[in-house]
Amino acid sequence: MDHFPTNWGRPRNDAYDPYGTYPIAHRPNNGPKDAFADAVQRTQQPIVTGTSVLAIKYKDGIMMAADNLASYGSLARFKDIQRLQPVGAHTVIGAGGDMSDFQYIQLMLDELIIDEFSAQDGHTLGPAEVHEYLAQVMYARRSKMNPLWNSILVGGVKDGKRFLAYVDLLGTTYSASTLATGYGAYIAQPLLRTAVEGKEDILTEEEAYKILEQSMRVLYYRDARTIDKYQVATVTEKGVYISESRRLDTNWSFAEGIRGYGAQTQ
Amino acid sequence: MFRNTYDSDNTVFSPQGRLHQVEYALEAVKQGSAAVGLRSKTHSVLLALKRSTGELASYQQKMFRIDDHVGIAIAGLTSDARVLSNFMRQQAMSSKMVFNRPVPVNRLVSAIADKAQVNTQEYGRRPYGVGFLVIGQDTTGPHLYEFSPSGNSYEYYAMSIGARSQSAKTYLEKHYQSFEDASVEDLIRHGLHALRETLQQDKELTTNNTSIGLVGPASVHEKAVPPTGSFRILEGEAIQPFLDSMIAKEGPAAAQAGVPPATAATTVQPAEAAAGAAGDEDVQMTG
Repeated sequence: MDHFPTNWGRPRNDAYDPYGTYPIAHRPNNGPKDAFADAVQRTQQPIVTGTSVLAIKYKDGIMMAADNLASYGSLARFKDIQRLQPVGAHTVIGAGGDMSDFQYIQLMLDELIIDEFSAQDGHTLGPAEVHEYLAQVMYARRSKMNPLWNSILVGGVKDGKRFLAYVDLLGTTYSASTLATGYGAYIAQPLLRTAVEGKEDILTEEEAYKILEQSMRVLYYRDARTIDKYQVATVTEKGVYISESRRLDTNWSFAEGIRGYGAQTQ
Repeated sequence: MFRNTYDSDNTVFSPQGRLHQVEYALEAVKQGSAAVGLRSKTHSVLLALKRSTGELASYQQKMFRIDDHVGIAIAGLTSDARVLSNFMRQQAMSSKMVFNRPVPVNRLVSAIADKAQVNTQEYGRRPYGVGFLVIGQDTTGPHLYEFSPSGNSYEYYAMSIGARSQSAKTYLEKHYQSFEDASVEDLIRHGLHALRETLQQDKELTTNNTSIGLVGPASVHEKAVPPTGSFRILEGEAIQPFLDSMIAKEGPAAAQAGVPPATAATTVQPAEAAAGAAGDEDVQMTG
């Protein structure tokens, strides 16, 4: 019998002080150790998400595209979200996955760029440095079992060198002349490879834009988490430029001929 | 015990506005044997005079590699230098790991200067008793910095620290304008000439007591240097060709026999050299 009323109704550990022999002040606490011990939770899944990001190398630099949608599950919740972000004067990043984690990454990178700028010593972070930093952060977070739930493309031009690479929530990295995250890795990546590989030094800005626009259109038809509003970032030796939102021209007349889904009665 | 009223606590100003302990720390740097640094458009070089405690002892190391692109020469307390150079190595590794970028040399120097400054302001600490010459190359080219215990760091075309470094400085001030476009061989020769000025009478530079550190493309006397020209320390037989390239100081004959004017007219007054020699002959704790 526990004779101390303050313990009544609380979890009891009979293996430890079963007779309540300790004075109240020294009583072992058999309850929860920490009010938050059971409440500390980590990201198990993304909540508000962005879908694919596409990027290619072309003659003058790199070009990246992402739509303006942040979905809440299958709901098209926020339709005016920018998923491309300049980092310093030579780099752009584009993120799919959890948008709140992406905002956190944006804050982190902004701080990094401000620190670098404040040194005022002629050294700046290029795309390769930003990518390495992100990879370290992402890997550190996954190692704490608390990942930043994103897949990110990092692209840029510095000292005449183009750079394009990928990093994701596990800290995985790779680099190629065409990259795509999310659903785009399945649908758009083969299209981009066909259009770009071997032509990185030939493609003009217009051609590069056409390739990305066409891939975004295919994704809009195929991916149920897109909208037809998207932005394109270009990074050249001159710097980073992120376009205003653009609309995709689409044609749905073929839908008339589709049978087997939806409300048709025959 | 104390030479001055304001000696006991390095964080208290004297009425003249000086921090005596910091100034004594600067004296510790002058106890160490000399180091000389020079910079051209393509190279930075360090030259240092190593001391040994006696005939049977080895020569005390004066140069340390920090990273592929940075190295230092020290004058003063070797143990303090090890603390700071370990810190610099950590900073360099951290930059490599986090950004995959060799740390910019000026940031490395600023980092240790900030550490040294803290010691001149916080209660219960002492300044570092060591000065560095730091050379390195980064995206902005080759560099030469001086770091001192007062927390100052400056960039130089040429600089010397340590015992009788004023003699070397006089030489460097005379010739520094030719350094910018000099070849690495000429730069090292000038460095050796400057270092020679710090020697006690009847001593000379040998393969045993001289260290040469450099960054930049390989000189004609070097083999197997990577094309990036990473920091390397030359010692022993490797510096013989450079010692051979020196132009003899003594005798007016040498000065007239077709010697470049840049190197001929540099003879320290014997009186000054002798006075200095007596001053720090027996300082054993310093590098």
